[in-house]
Amino acid sequence: MNGKFLSTENLPFCKGCGHHIVSQNLEKALSSVEGLSPLDVIVVTDIGCIGIIDKQFTTHTVHGLHGRSVALAAGIAMAIEDPKKKVIALLGDGGATIGLQHLMEAAQRNINMTVIVHNNMLYGMTGGQPSGLTPRGFKTPIMPDGKPNIGYDLCKVLHATGAPSVRRLLALGDLTADLAAALKTPGFAFVEAMEICPSYGVKFNPNRKLDDIAKEAGIELGHWEGPAREPYRPATHVAPASLFAAEKPITASQKASLTERYAVVLSGSAGEGVQSAAEFLAQAAISCDLHATKKGSYPVTVGVGFSTAEILLSPRPIHFTGISVPDAVIATSQEGLNKVRGLVEKMTKGTLYLDASLEAPATKATIVKHDFRGPLGGRSAVLVALTMLLDRAGIMPTDALLTVLKDSSLGKKIDFAKLRQTAG
Amino acid sequence: MSERYFIDNSRLIIEAAARAGAEVFIGYPITPANLLYLYASQRFPVVLPAPDEITTLQWMAGYAAAGKLPVTATSYPGLALMIESIGMSHMMELPMVIILVQRLGPATGTATGGATGDISLLHGINSGGYPIPTLCISDPRDAWELSAKAVHLADRLRCPVILLASKETVMTVQDVDPAVMTAVEPVTRRFYTGEGPYRPYAPESDGVPPLLPVGDARHQVRITASTHDQNAALQHSTPEALANSRRLAEKVEKNIGDYTLFDWDDDAAETVVVAYDVTAAAAREAVALLLAKGEKASLFIPKTLFPVPPRYFEILGRYKKIVIAEENLHGQYREILFGKGCRDGVRGVNAVGRLITPEEIAAEVRS
Repeated sequence: MNGKFLSTENLPFCKGCGHHIVSQNLEKALSSVEGLSPLDVIVVTDIGCIGIIDKQFTTHTVHGLHGRSVALAAGIAMAIEDPKKKVIALLGDGGATIGLQHLMEAAQRNINMTVIVHNNMLYGMTGGQPSGLTPRGFKTPIMPDGKPNIGYDLCKVLHATGAPSVRRLLALGDLTADLAAALKTPGFAFVEAMEICPSYGVKFNPNRKLDDIAKEAGIELGHWEGPAREPYRPATHVAPASLFAAEKPITASQKASLTERYAVVLSGSAGEGVQSAAEFLAQAAISCDLHATKKGSYPVTVGVGFSTAEILLSPRPIHFTGISVPDAVIATSQEGLNKVRGLVEKMTKGTLYLDASLEAPATKATIVKHDFRGPLGGRSAVLVALTMLLDRAGIMPTDALLTVLKDSSLGKKIDFAKLRQTAG
Repeated sequence: MSERYFIDNSRLIIEAAARAGAEVFIGYPITPANLLYLYASQRFPVVLPAPDEITTLQWMAGYAAAGKLPVTATSYPGLALMIESIGMSHMMELPMVIILVQRLGPATGTATGGATGDISLLHGINSGGYPIPTLCISDPRDAWELSAKAVHLADRLRCPVILLASKETVMTVQDVDPAVMTAVEPVTRRFYTGEGPYRPYAPESDGVPPLLPVGDARHQVRITASTHDQNAALQHSTPEALANSRRLAEKVEKNIGDYTLFDWDDDAAETVVVAYDVTAAAAREAVALLLAKGEKASLFIPKTLFPVPPRYFEILGRYKKIVIAEENLHGQYREILFGKGCRDGVRGVNAVGRLITPEEIAAEVRS
């Protein structure tokens, strides 16, 4: 047979292998699709006995890794915009076992592709080991007494996942209609073709017929239709805006008096605006022609616990961003103070701005205790402390920070008079 | 009056990759690479959330086989899952960019901790010693230029390219001069345009075979990850197939002149400080510290880590003393450059779980 889609009938499978039957029926099914040419078809094969068929296909062929053919084919199917193109993944029960999630993902998204699992109930290429689909009681070289547990019911799994078309059939006789129906399904179509491996299945399960094995294991044959859904097409942003479209550069409009590198650590509680305050400070510094860097630190559960930010300011470009001992630390809550206690204890100079509610740690830094949380509450505590810091430290005008704040999303929410008053 | 952005390098990397023509971002979340995923979701024409990192790479391979240029970003735990599929994509010769943001290991380690501990792994990422082009950023200019370069290189060499960074270099927010954002030329894809028959692995004179997307209406396209000849026909170990495999290394090595990227501040000193990624910043300040005290040291910042450009050995060979600073246990790049035994005068400054300081590097130069 020199077919349109398979160049030869001499397929590279063992005598009696069901892969012959499925492949030849696939040739017939593809030929039955009106107007379909080999270059409209992309066959993606897995590792395993079925994976050696590429050479015989006259279609595009892609041969990848064990178990990943469905994901690879899904990538191709999502990338190809022409709905006329048929993407077909061919794999065995071993590939389906290791790549189960890929099947579920493709089914759940309803990716426009056809998947055919050649389930010969074991790993034929590596010596007949049992797979996830091997039925209970089926004997294999490494389990000569039979597999003790049931196999995955891939059809039920994929049907439940939302696949619009799922079939299980025995690889016997004429399968053209079933395979053609799968190929014509818009979206994800799945076929499990049950076979018996002539090399290991027949040898270890003599005189057992395929249909008996299926019946005894309670494996149901049939066709299950899911709810009709449009095939998945990835959303496309036609002309996505530059990430800099809404990102305005900061113009240096004021002057700073800072002459050396200055390191500030802000430490408070999650949800109290510590990271934003750090950014406001850095932006204010840049508006005074300083250079600035900022790093944030918080627990993986971002909504609770401490929130700490490190800011470096310098009149010269900053390369190294580490802070061994800061010039100033602001601690506005107990968990914030706990986080920086070690750092504060190492300070031999500089200033610790500490909320009045907190007990001062042992440090040689100058301690400024103040009711930062006061009338404006915890969410403004760091901003109050920063205002005080800028008033006292003489590194840049406090107004630079207040200007940044006024221009920010908080501009209309902050009572600036109260902020200044609270900062003393 | 100056104007500067206050941004992280993740923003520069994604914007530059998109401007260079990368079309698809396939993501799986992992700290500290999440900003890249977030920005890509705002900037890339197509963004797909994958259910795991193996799927991520397989979908990327599928997109690449269909003629698109995909990008992802991950960290060591995700990279570990991707490696088999990166090898597949390398053997299939599929262009893609994998942004690897290093974090503190081993294992899950500290997701929000910095490190440069994946260098040895990247060096040996392919079974058989076939290098994957790896570019490493150390500052905002690199984030912009190397990201665009990685996209161009993936197309030019028809292979995966790794853009290497670390937690510190993609998450720290800093003031950035808009001038670093130089014009980025969109990639003009190098697709096969011949009359056929198309031989998918028949190289041109630079060792690179032009790609033709699967689904092409004129020519059959075959792609495979198994040992194969120039027609993509599976072979056990025929001379032609082995030559094809060798070509995978040769094509990235023979074109290394196109992407030998480094900063070299040659101060006619006897000592050179070598550092990459975040440690390059400390090295830069260390050299300045020394200079301020009248002591000379040159600075060498490699940007192309793999394959190691031969030019590096020419440059480093001029120095009596080489101080290599990197944030991993034993000095991974130092061992790759000079072996475990090292030559006389090669010294390492290493730290785990913290930044190496300029003072430590300066002290090693003086010792």
